[in-house]
Amino acid sequence: MDTYLDHNATTPVRPEAADAVARALTQHGNASSVHRFGRLVRHTLDEARESVASLVGASPANIVFTSGGTEANNQALRGFDGPVLVSAVEHDSVLGVRADARIVDVDADGVLSLEHLHEMLARCEEPALVSVMRANNETGVMQPIGDVVRLAHEHGALVHCDAVQAAGKIDVSFAQLGVDMMSLSAHKLGGPQGVGALIVRDGFDPEPLLRGGGQERRRRAGTENVAGIAGFGAAARIAQDNLDLFAGLNGLRDDMETLLRAAIPDIVIHGADGERLPNTSCIGLPGMTAEIQVMQLDLAGVAVSSGSACSSGKVAPSHVLRAMGHDDAAAQSAIRVSLGWSSVAQDVDHFVDAWTAMAQRRSPNVDARRSVA
Amino acid sequence: MSPAPTAIYLDHQATTPVDPRVLDAMLPWFSETFGNAHSEQHAWGRQAAEAVDVAREQVAALIGASAREIVFTSGATESNNLAIKGAVRFAMRHGRGNHIVTVATEHKCVLESCAAMADEGAEVTIVGVGPDGLVDPELVAAAMTDSTVLVSVMAVNNEIGVIQPLAELGALCRARGVLLHTDAAQATGKVALDVDAMQIDLLSISGHKMYAPKGIGALYTRRRPRARLLAEISGGGQERGNRSGTLPVPLVVALGEAAEVAGSEMSAEGTRLAGLRAAMLDNLRASHADVFVNGSVDQRVPGNLNVGFPGVDAEALMAAMESVAISTGSACTSASVEPSYVLRALGLEDPEAGASIRIGFGRFTTETEVDIAAKLIAAAVGAQRGDSSARAAE
Repeated sequence: MDTYLDHNATTPVRPEAADAVARALTQHGNASSVHRFGRLVRHTLDEARESVASLVGASPANIVFTSGGTEANNQALRGFDGPVLVSAVEHDSVLGVRADARIVDVDADGVLSLEHLHEMLARCEEPALVSVMRANNETGVMQPIGDVVRLAHEHGALVHCDAVQAAGKIDVSFAQLGVDMMSLSAHKLGGPQGVGALIVRDGFDPEPLLRGGGQERRRRAGTENVAGIAGFGAAARIAQDNLDLFAGLNGLRDDMETLLRAAIPDIVIHGADGERLPNTSCIGLPGMTAEIQVMQLDLAGVAVSSGSACSSGKVAPSHVLRAMGHDDAAAQSAIRVSLGWSSVAQDVDHFVDAWTAMAQRRSPNVDARRSVA
Repeated sequence: MSPAPTAIYLDHQATTPVDPRVLDAMLPWFSETFGNAHSEQHAWGRQAAEAVDVAREQVAALIGASAREIVFTSGATESNNLAIKGAVRFAMRHGRGNHIVTVATEHKCVLESCAAMADEGAEVTIVGVGPDGLVDPELVAAAMTDSTVLVSVMAVNNEIGVIQPLAELGALCRARGVLLHTDAAQATGKVALDVDAMQIDLLSISGHKMYAPKGIGALYTRRRPRARLLAEISGGGQERGNRSGTLPVPLVVALGEAAEVAGSEMSAEGTRLAGLRAAMLDNLRASHADVFVNGSVDQRVPGNLNVGFPGVDAEALMAAMESVAISTGSACTSASVEPSYVLRALGLEDPEAGASIRIGFGRFTTETEVDIAAKLIAAAVGAQRGDSSARAAE
């Protein structure tokens, strides 16, 4: 285990966030209790809420802490009474919520088709909810959220934005984007797993998913995950202070892509022509399945993935690449390399060496399989 | 920023401190190791997945289940929501019935989940409890109809600590092919639970009520005969499709360790806590002979005491005792001024309910703390009463 380039699956907890978690774990009150133990815990929650709000340009009252991005996406979509439109490249936790969701196409770069969205909005018989991610988890491709919001609001529709992969990596402003709801996950930006947030604009209340106590202003029941939230807050502060450094990862990423192209000219960098996150590269190697590639890289001590982590045990072709117009073979032969706050040039060097060695063995393998057949 | 060292924490039904052994088990997962337990294609992910497997075994062992019957959640509130809404939605979708039987003293999240199902067309019968807080299985049986699909009865009440007769309920539910769900947030690790012996189909577990952190819990989901659910949080299909979302590895590890520790220490710890509780009650009684205990004394977890002092205002009592943390009811509703609906279900009138406090003992509570707290509580009660009845008791 030496080179970890799967930061879009989960990224190491920032030391400052780990400290905040450890500190909060020694506070043993329940934030809803009125005694002093409870009040201390409430103070910890308030601080974290401010930090998370600051990272994404929202106000603390807009933040509803959840158990993660998946829960936030579920809460945003499940209870909505009306048509739900989602882009074809959304995460499973958006695509899987509503069986009745209508799918908006993306182009070959993975960017949502505004014309198609316009057509679909015009066809909606009642106000819709549009859910479009800020940046894609597999390709890093960013969506034109400003245009989506303008179109949607013209049609009286609401907009939810899954910003799980974008927040803490690029500047994301809830207020500037003008969306009605936004989802965040702590463990994608250097906080702990098991905590996230749904950000909800003033004057709008999505149906609660979990019912019970009156926590989170009655928008999400359950004793707050105080340590997790404290870690989320600390990670948000550090991420906000380091957005410039994160933006600089595109240098490493672009150099890496140049080296890979030079070694094997027929590779495909998916979404390279679109606007992408600085840390993500989705690399197609014709003739070798992603599964085999990831396995070989794992043997070489390099961790990457063949798509999103939740489905990475499955062998189905990427729905993201299929939506971008690729056939099953192409959609099954791409790996995701994602850099993070702890990545250094040596990580990329190690990957490039291991990948190149693997890719150069590709043709004989393909031939061997043919001759057996 | 910590409460004064003299502050005594006696609110263990609201939440428990994290056990240092649990902390030691989980902390490395925030620094030395990390990984997405679903990224099983690489070493980091496999290491995380193995840790999750161990924890799943540990949690299962505590309740006599098998590991693959454990679904990790964000806590008991989510577990209860998933069990009730998930099971009833599944039953309704397949035309198997729509009736739920539950009890008046259940936790708010159980009652509200049932209410949410009523909005979706389910029928809900709420059975009362006796003056001791216990539900009569006969009444549950009588409430069941041909369309009953789920009975939800908590294992241990959060306010008064009484232990419901789960084995009897399990037998009657199984005989009728009805699922039995139990909110065991207050019971797991404190009283012996065996899902097979008690014929429980769904059982909710909370981490932070058993010395693990907040933000983690589990739902036991029986495989034979199968308790089927419609997921409430969907997406990546984790937890066998019952609950999507990246598993929080450190929290899962913590819950596993907490289960292991609780299982091995349960019996000795129960005896110790019962001693602390008896000492507290004796002390209070010595000063205030009219103190009354809410709920059954025999069928009760040893860490819970819920007592009332006639004529006393419990809210004012708590406010007067900055150095002892107790509560007037469940934490989720303790900020509200309404008298406890649990105590009212026992037949208490508002003034009696409003005169009652919950004292929760835990793993790190010492005899000395109980001694001091008893004196402080007795004095605060005495102060409110102008010391007249305190003197009368002497």
